[in-house]
Amino acid sequence: MAIAIKTRRYVGNGTSLELAAELCVGCGDCVEVCPHGVLALVDREGGREGAAGRRLSSEVIAILDRAACMECGACARNCPTSALNVKAGVGCAAAIINGKLRGTAPNCDCGDSGCC
Amino acid sequence: MQQVRVRPFAPLAKKSQDRVAGFRELGSDGGPWIEGYLSIGRRSIPKVSTRIDRRDRLGALRVRLGFGRDRYRILPGLYAVGSPGTDSPVLVSANYKLSFDTLRRELGGLDLWLLVIDTKGVNVWCAAGKGSFGTAELVAKLGQCRLGDIVAHRELILPQLGAAGVSGPELRKESGFRAIWGPVRACDIRAFLAAGKKKTQAMSRVNFGLGERLLLAPIEVVHAWPALLAALGLGFLAGLPFAPGWIGRSLSVAIILAGSVLAGAAGFPALLFILPTRSFSIKGAFLGLLWGALASWAFALPLGLAAGLCLVSSAVVAWLGLNFTGSTTFTSPSGAAKEVERTIWPAAIGTGAGLALAALSTALRF
Ligand code: SF4
Ligand code: SF4
Repeated sequence: MAIAIKTRRYVGNGTSLELAAELCVGCGDCVEVCPHGVLALVDREGGREGAAGRRLSSEVIAILDRAACMECGACARNCPTSALNVKAGVGCAAAIINGKLRGTAPNCDCGDSGCC
Repeated sequence: MQQVRVRPFAPLAKKSQDRVAGFRELGSDGGPWIEGYLSIGRRSIPKVSTRIDRRDRLGALRVRLGFGRDRYRILPGLYAVGSPGTDSPVLVSANYKLSFDTLRRELGGLDLWLLVIDTKGVNVWCAAGKGSFGTAELVAKLGQCRLGDIVAHRELILPQLGAAGVSGPELRKESGFRAIWGPVRACDIRAFLAAGKKKTQAMSRVNFGLGERLLLAPIEVVHAWPALLAALGLGFLAGLPFAPGWIGRSLSVAIILAGSVLAGAAGFPALLFILPTRSFSIKGAFLGLLWGALASWAFALPLGLAAGLCLVSSAVVAWLGLNFTGSTTFTSPSGAAKEVERTIWPAAIGTGAGLALAALSTALRF
């Protein structure tokens, strides 16, 4: 099974996923919404002393499997402290070509038609 | 427009049904999946059947083939399943009829509320990506349906794939409702509820198995019809100047080209994880080359023509493969953008060179 899950990867996956670990409060909501098991809570290393003497959570998010990240943006949207950031968008080639032709952001032209 | 027979639990005047928020049109187009109305105070809430009938199956078949998908929607609003009360869970869903059917068929024997929000007939996953399955729409529907008056708790069970569009923290701030992320697939919802709204790891992962991929093949083939037509046209041209034996040559060229379109539209999804590398265009080029070579060999085509067709075939399948990134659940925008950039010129040049080579070989007979 491990092999089967490993193959569901794609070139360039997760390029834009960013984590600001000092903002993370360890709530785990991002782990809950990620459909690819990219993120996990781990023990915070290097002490819990944050900037301006702020006490940090004992657990913090780590990016375990970046290559599995499809940049859906669910984690960033549901992080209460904006510790995660990702450039989410429509991940299909047709959308990107449409966007290029019109000079706009990628848009899959399926409009309201339920294409994908 | 067919007449809908509803069996109201409490006889309701047409007028008072009309007044129920969000269901103005139910009288004329409620659909056979409404099996009655539930009276709560002065409101009547449509009760959803959990059985799928022949009409639903035909509809599903039709949209799987790509016809009338944009009209395959149901009315947004609050629905009841079974006999829910003030403590019953609330599930949130999109108003794409296919998604709605997939969900309600899993709900037999359960008592719960179903809040259908307006995603313009798009499934949860795509609608979340576009933002129509989003916090604003959800908050608006909560208000319109006055869900707060009907249930005593403040929890919504949302499909996990909706998390790309709905923000739990914002939802809480704006409506007081807490988002609970349910399973990815509707078929796990019963187990999820039975386990006290807890997911197993498998319930929260998308895996895109063979069955899921094959369901997408028919629509890819239907969408590829212009390419199929072009393949037949080019095959005919290959018969020029219609010297004896042209039919055989025409046919083999047409079959190889049309076959490459089918390989891209149906073979590619099926073999996705078997083909080498992570790049969809390289996977496609490989499959196209394989098909072109095998078929040319089977038809014993002259070498030049075979090489030309192989080039065209691998460019075509690479391109269709790249297009399939739109249907998967694991390709990222960064990756797709990179691949488009890398594929567009090689594919165009490959097609051009392949066609030229094939034409030359036909004309000069090598
Ligand atoms: S963007 Fe999506 S796939 Fe990537 S880590 Fe966040 S939730 Fe997971
Ligand atoms: S949602 Fe944000 S704060 Fe919570 S664990 Fe994830 S990164 Fe940390």
